[in-house]
Amino acid sequence: MLNMQPYQDPTYFVLLALGLLPIMIGMLYEKRFRVYETIISFLFLLLTFGGVKWEQGLALIAYTIFELLLIYGYLAYRKRKNASLVFNLAVILAILPLVIVKVSPLFDQGRESILGFLGISYLTFKVVGMIMEIRDGIIKAVNFKEVVHFLLFFPTISSGPIDRYRRFLGDYQKKIKRDKYFKLLDKAIWYIFLGFLYKFILAYFFGTLLLPKVSALALSHGGWSWWVVAYMYVYAMDLFFDFAGYSLFAVGISYVMGVETPMNFNKPFISKNIKDFWNRWHMTLSFWFRDYIYMRLVFFIMKKKLMKNRVAIANVGYLTLFLIMGFWHGLTWYYIVYGLYHAVAIILCDAWLRFKKKHQEKIPHNKFTEALAIFTTFNVVCFSFLIFSGFLDKLFFV
Amino acid sequence: MQDTVLDILEELTGSDEVRNDLDIDIFETGLLDSMGTVQMLLELQAQCGIDVPVSEFERTEWNTPNKIIAKVESMQ
Repeated sequence: MLNMQPYQDPTYFVLLALGLLPIMIGMLYEKRFRVYETIISFLFLLLTFGGVKWEQGLALIAYTIFELLLIYGYLAYRKRKNASLVFNLAVILAILPLVIVKVSPLFDQGRESILGFLGISYLTFKVVGMIMEIRDGIIKAVNFKEVVHFLLFFPTISSGPIDRYRRFLGDYQKKIKRDKYFKLLDKAIWYIFLGFLYKFILAYFFGTLLLPKVSALALSHGGWSWWVVAYMYVYAMDLFFDFAGYSLFAVGISYVMGVETPMNFNKPFISKNIKDFWNRWHMTLSFWFRDYIYMRLVFFIMKKKLMKNRVAIANVGYLTLFLIMGFWHGLTWYYIVYGLYHAVAIILCDAWLRFKKKHQEKIPHNKFTEALAIFTTFNVVCFSFLIFSGFLDKLFFV
Repeated sequence: MQDTVLDILEELTGSDEVRNDLDIDIFETGLLDSMGTVQMLLELQAQCGIDVPVSEFERTEWNTPNKIIAKVESMQ
């Protein structure tokens, strides 16, 4: 049977256009063909998780059943009681499959766990978000069809953007007027074509043409060299255009289906500081971490009065957030160092911002200082991507 | 009520801008960060008796002094 990974080759886009055409016609007449939507979603999931990837398909089904049972179970419990212990247990259970998938290669000579499938980490974010909102009493009931659609929404299944249940549901249930849908389509087409430019031209140039050359030169030179610096910039460009291109496709296709999936990138390379950068880079991930980990943790520490010092609490929050993000990327030294590096960078950034606020009159602010800030941030970020790339591991330890 | 909210905001942002411009975007301008947001929620809880879970907090609904005042009044 045919197998295709999302947004990889032209045929996939042709199939998308054909498959989505009835949905578009329906939407233009302000109708949603739910049954057709479900069938087409199923077929596209089958295209990605069927054929040679059937094992992943089974893992996806098993995972979905497990998480649905968990959501329904916790919801039923939460209607009667609200113990922290049960909440913690529910979160642990929700991330358990992901933890097994991440940890098992370490103990099984690098072999991938049979529980794994493309997109498992992104699905886990959605589920954990739901569990937390059930705990807060904001999600009081779920509809089976809607929650399945949310979890398995095919345009974003492989790598996000990470949507949120209540936001998704609002779009899913909303009646969209024809002129509003025209505007959505307009944006969708723009995003998809911008995605083509990003992924198939720019990421191809940086990632497929340039990167292997720079990599070979850096490795043959060995140790620190200007080639490593070149690798750093080329890798950063490839990483951005590849992921931003993918995200544009995912958002564009969501729009066609009447769901305004949030954007993932907002010109990250013009960030003025690291804090600004995380408000622009992989936004649905960083906002998820901000809202569900950082703010909850800070809230908890302050409410229970575990610590007094505001700065110290913020720093504990940052360290926790970025360490978890590092581990989430994978259990290698360079992902964890990447997390720590960003934690330290943002802690220093906060300290600088406090200092700047205090001595406002003495610190110059002009076009030049702004350019310097952007340049510095860009380089700090690119260096973090060099760590993230694992290239240093190859260069020095393999 | 308006005064209580503005006092809290002034204290947390360390600036009277929130009093001068009730429609200023406190997140865009960097006046309030996530840490400050959590403090604001705790202060609102203590001083105004409203209970906002962190996950209920939707930035676009709380990004100006006017919106915060309206929110607090609607929740009391």
